[in-house]
Amino acid sequence: MGFFQKIIDGLKKTREKISFKLSQLFKRGIFDEDFYDELEFILLSADIGEETTEEIIERLRERMGKDRTADPQKANKYLREVLADILGDEKFAFSTPCVILVAGVNGVGKTTTVGKLANIFTKQGKSVVIAAADTFRAAAGEQLEIWANRAKVRIIKHEEGSDPAAVVFDAISSAKSRGTDVVLVDTAGRLHNKKNLMEELKKINRVIEREFPQADRKNLIVLDATTGQNAIQQVDIFNEAIDIDGIVLTKLDGTAKGGVVLAIKHDMDIPVYFVGVGEGIDDLMEFDAASYVEGII
Amino acid sequence: MAAFANLTDRINHVFAKLKNRGALTELEIKQAMREVRVALLEADVNFAVAKDFINKVTDLAVGEEILKSLTPGQQVIKIVHEQLIELLGSTQSKLGVSPKLPTVIMMCGLQGAGKTTMCGKLAYYLQKHGKKVLLCADDIYRPAAIKQLEIVAGKAKAGFFEMGQGNPTKIAQNAVAHAEKNGFDTVVIDTAGRLHINAELMEELKSIKKAVNVFETLLVVDSMTGQDAVNVAKTFDEELDITGVIMTKLDGDTRGGATLSIKAVTGKPIKFVGTGEKMEDIEPFHPDRMASRILGMGDVLTLIEKAQTAIDEEQANNLARKLRESSFDLNDYLEQFEQIAKMGDLNDIVGMIPGASRLKLGDKKVDEAQIKRNKAIIQSMTKEERTNPKILNYSRRKRIAKGCGLQVQDVNRLIKQYEQTCEMMKRMTKQKRLPF
Repeated sequence: MGFFQKIIDGLKKTREKISFKLSQLFKRGIFDEDFYDELEFILLSADIGEETTEEIIERLRERMGKDRTADPQKANKYLREVLADILGDEKFAFSTPCVILVAGVNGVGKTTTVGKLANIFTKQGKSVVIAAADTFRAAAGEQLEIWANRAKVRIIKHEEGSDPAAVVFDAISSAKSRGTDVVLVDTAGRLHNKKNLMEELKKINRVIEREFPQADRKNLIVLDATTGQNAIQQVDIFNEAIDIDGIVLTKLDGTAKGGVVLAIKHDMDIPVYFVGVGEGIDDLMEFDAASYVEGII
Repeated sequence: MAAFANLTDRINHVFAKLKNRGALTELEIKQAMREVRVALLEADVNFAVAKDFINKVTDLAVGEEILKSLTPGQQVIKIVHEQLIELLGSTQSKLGVSPKLPTVIMMCGLQGAGKTTMCGKLAYYLQKHGKKVLLCADDIYRPAAIKQLEIVAGKAKAGFFEMGQGNPTKIAQNAVAHAEKNGFDTVVIDTAGRLHINAELMEELKSIKKAVNVFETLLVVDSMTGQDAVNVAKTFDEELDITGVIMTKLDGDTRGGATLSIKAVTGKPIKFVGTGEKMEDIEPFHPDRMASRILGMGDVLTLIEKAQTAIDEEQANNLARKLRESSFDLNDYLEQFEQIAKMGDLNDIVGMIPGASRLKLGDKKVDEAQIKRNKAIIQSMTKEERTNPKILNYSRRKRIAKGCGLQVQDVNRLIKQYEQTCEMMKRMTKQKRLPF
């Protein structure tokens, strides 16, 4: 099942309602203030946020020009283009060896994402080691171990409550001595406004920097598609702490659309690299702006 | 970064303008309400809920009553505040006790909302209130969920029941039987997280609910949830007829607009909030506090409660006496630092103070290390020096600096701070009463 189909399936329930609304809206073929009001409603309901919604509507108005009776299909295409334009189409690429740090707030699906990423890279023929640096949450290590087994990769794990930076140190040593391509670091969930926990994350980041300077570095933040505008703060503050390269947007198989990523790309130029669309190990896919737009409107 | 200004700041800003006016026109109220609407949307309040709310408040605000009033700005704030409280639930709702024990509580919610952790917290809370709680591991899908609940149960010192990855309905039935036999009066069932579109899992919850006579069905929701909160709450409520809601992760900087939306669409009470990582970080929901927080009055009540539990009353009385007698010395100053440290993460506490949001503070975060250093300096002094700081000459200060591993300038700074504090306190005690 392709990315497109998965998202469509996942969003079916609300999508049916909304796309019905949207197609009705376009079908009228009249692009007056009522049209834009209704469109604002639809975009806001996708968590795109007030400011970016206004920007989108502004851009659409520009493209439509003064024509209030444009061809509905053309108008529909314009809207899609405006959205896809904001999202961009940067693909996730790295050189080996590479250390990929996966961070985020509690409960967004970091551990699951690490498991699925391991699976993707293994399928690409790369060797992977997982560092279980979430030493805080009860049984996080066990959960990750199950994922590591599913993806058939090695895992470096310490006791609950031990220093996460030490786990990362060991994983890097192991990767160096075995010539492993990718070190995937799972970190504990932390609310971005907890200073001490953000300091801990910075420390992990520094350890990677110091111990493996020759490796390529990617720092990913995992966002839950059900999260609203708080996601902007999450990315902002994590980015301030450890320079975020990209986003993994999870739980897109629910009814939430995670439209806040448009606001994030627009404000901070941080792209979405992957989307999680299910509970299976293969349910993590490379982000594709066109398909995503198809899913949210 | 206008987009990140929080609801509190936003509404403060709106009403700062209003406060300066003598009388309000309909147009002015409408303008203010437009900003309130934007703020509510940015706070993730569902747009339909926000619209309703604005209409209601506008209707109440625009009218004779407000125009005749002497301070219309205050009146508007009051109306918004009251309406928020009303929307959030006017009274604090507690958990019910089943006439036939054990009381069975089923926890449900989306993946990652924090169900398992909340099960532990709830068990901890109920046990503190005299209940004997059994936690039942009924999330058979998520890897290691059972193990996580077992650890959480251990931390909460609650009973724990599991049957591996068997049939969830059977597991629940056996857990209740186990509770009856072993004298547990409350059973908390941790269920699998789900995306609510998953009909199969929803059926599983219904089956559990029917089989074990669930008394409370609590929906656990992440307070950072966006517009979808409405769909989530509606679906769970329709399918399972929930009896209450628990909001988690309220210790973040989320504006928690989801709370408003959920209450509005389900009408079910918000019963508890999760406010941290530890077992004791659970609090009954206070609609008035939530409304105050939203309106920028800060979470003053919570702050005061925190301070009360941390500061020994006797010590506080002693301090008051010393203030009156002007005998506040460095020993007392040290005690102050220790009490501040006891109140927990200072930056959390600062967040509760009205007007002191993260963005306004910027880099001026409370430096806990500085407090530690200050403590170290005082601890390096002799008893005599602490009770009579006047004798602290240069050679004494040099010795103290050496003793605590800091510079003489640091010691000077602390003494200056102490002197300023004394000065300030003297001025304060001259007033009729302390501002707190």
